[in-house]
Amino acid sequence: MTQGGDGRALETGTRTFARSRRGRGEELMVPPAEFRSYYGRPVLKPPVWEWKIAAYLFTGGLSAGSAVLGAGAELTGRPALRRAGWLSALASLLASTYFLVSDLGRPERFHHMLRVAKPTSPMSVGTWVLTAYAPGVGIAAMRELVPTRWRTTLPGRLVRRAARPAGLAAAALAPAVASYPAVLLSQTAAPAWHEARRELPFLFTGSAAATAGGLAMVLAPRGEAGPARGLAVYGAIQELVASRVLEERLDLVAQAYRTGKAHQLRHASELLTAGGLAGTLLGAGRSRTVAVASGAALLAGGALQRFGVFEAGVASTKDPRYVIEPQRARMAQRDAGSGSAAG
Amino acid sequence: MSTDHEPGRHRLYGRLDDPAADAGHVEHPPRVGFFTDTSVCIGCKACEVACKEWNLVPDDGMNLLGMSLDNSGMLGANTWRHVAFIEREAPLGGQVSGVEGMPTGASGVAHMEATVAAGLRDTERGGGELGTTTVDLGMPSLSLPGAATGAESRTDFSWLMMSDVCKHCTHAACLDVCPTGALFRTEFGTVVVQQDICNGCGYCVSGCPFGVIDRRPQDGRANKCTLCYDRLQDGLEPACAKACPTESIQFGPLDELRERAAARVEQLHERGVPEARLYGEDPDDGIGGSAAFFLLLDEPEVYGLPPDPIVASRDLVDMWRHAGAACAAFVTAAVAVFVAAGRR
Repeated sequence: MTQGGDGRALETGTRTFARSRRGRGEELMVPPAEFRSYYGRPVLKPPVWEWKIAAYLFTGGLSAGSAVLGAGAELTGRPALRRAGWLSALASLLASTYFLVSDLGRPERFHHMLRVAKPTSPMSVGTWVLTAYAPGVGIAAMRELVPTRWRTTLPGRLVRRAARPAGLAAAALAPAVASYPAVLLSQTAAPAWHEARRELPFLFTGSAAATAGGLAMVLAPRGEAGPARGLAVYGAIQELVASRVLEERLDLVAQAYRTGKAHQLRHASELLTAGGLAGTLLGAGRSRTVAVASGAALLAGGALQRFGVFEAGVASTKDPRYVIEPQRARMAQRDAGSGSAAG
Repeated sequence: MSTDHEPGRHRLYGRLDDPAADAGHVEHPPRVGFFTDTSVCIGCKACEVACKEWNLVPDDGMNLLGMSLDNSGMLGANTWRHVAFIEREAPLGGQVSGVEGMPTGASGVAHMEATVAAGLRDTERGGGELGTTTVDLGMPSLSLPGAATGAESRTDFSWLMMSDVCKHCTHAACLDVCPTGALFRTEFGTVVVQQDICNGCGYCVSGCPFGVIDRRPQDGRANKCTLCYDRLQDGLEPACAKACPTESIQFGPLDELRERAAARVEQLHERGVPEARLYGEDPDDGIGGSAAFFLLLDEPEVYGLPPDPIVASRDLVDMWRHAGAACAAFVTAAVAVFVAAGRR
């Protein structure tokens, strides 16, 4: 952009906002404490996505984590955990599908997603990952659902035969299912999502592990749920750490996570996840009650975390400050530097 | 970032001289666009009307938004040209309004802006639905001129008008993220939604760094300016440019428009309008330059434009790399917990 102006200070249209500072007393890079906008109107369009997309972020991760537990239980001879894992994976996958399709402006055209494969679109990549992932989950879960009297019939035998390879194939794709939504959110203009692009994948896979571990702790007997507790501990720690790092690393845009509805949701999420983590470490191996309570806390914490991240992104599109001030700071930095740095 | 374009390689960021060829159009007409010179815009809204009529864009209400004479709010699914009005308590260039010091009372600009900003925050999508659905922002109540104060509070005045439109970016975020292929790059280098393909996933709405494209509530599909693709194919200029009575909206091959714009800025600077600057014409900016670019008389954000937009796809590789690292951690943890627990 050619700056032809003489820097004349126009007071008109200037709105003054409380200047935000980072917790460590460090000065923001944003030079002006005030910014100008068009009647305070948003620069970006707030997402048309509803709560269903936030709910999908939760159920999609839950399905991926559960599939990993189902496959691991299959390989290590834990039938009850296997059953819990695959049934959870299928139920949350079906919920995910509902959320994704019904949030479309034209749900009857959902299959138009399958007419192209576009590496530049994380939604296209995700569609194909889910398309490859779903049949394996379906077959693996079907084995758990086949009634005993049908086990010896031909279809029953086929499902039992196919369940293991199908389940393992699905589990191999599960990490992609858990992480691609982070890239999907980050490849938007919403500042709170785009700026958090390095933390969101860890937050999402952590949350997927914590919630899937939590659900398996609720559903599977204590004796078989050891790996579920382990996965929950890993996931909860990663979720909590990524959430902290995200708030620390983002400058002004961190305010979108630290204030309003996003803050409330994420604060409640952190308390629940931390509580669930403590319960898992201290008593879930010995007491069924503690296991169920911890698992439920991890599930709720993971769900609230996803809704919180979703809300932060929406909030960052509604307030033009989140768009204009970081861009101004970037321009000032570029002007101050050699002029070669790009964003 | 290299500036050479290697044919056949899809480019996500940086200078790209021929986006149509990059998209696979072998023999194609020159890239076209709009040069919107806001210094001669008179705010007549003929562009808004012509666009609506030609493209059969649905009515979205004749709303009194309290934003000067702006009654379409912002670009959206049903507003493909939007005329912005900015009232400033400052003169333009070396102009003399003649009202400074006259005993006619305080300006209502600050009051108007505060009222609108407060009203916008309470609307459903924070004002993002302007131009899509009807919103009631109320009218700012202004005090009677001269009722409150005397000549000492009287300010100078200027009025800016600008017809905004889809930028048809060189690196179009909406096009990058579209999962159905509904959005495509035309032979003219413009970006158009195919209405029979779009399934209303809404990704483009969040992808656009300018807040241009939106989903139309009436039919659930994404809509935006097509740069009159149908008219271009018949050798006609877009409806808005055709209707513009002051040549504020100029249509033509992009190279020619850029030359014309550079000359116009120079001319305005010579004539004592140092504020004149171009927006979106730089092929090295965060979106590779836009086909629809502007001559502005104040900072871009005053017109509701982002000062330094970037296409989010710039960071695509970085994002997937972090996702890959997160996957690796996830797999390692899953293997570890089962190995630690052992076989039963």
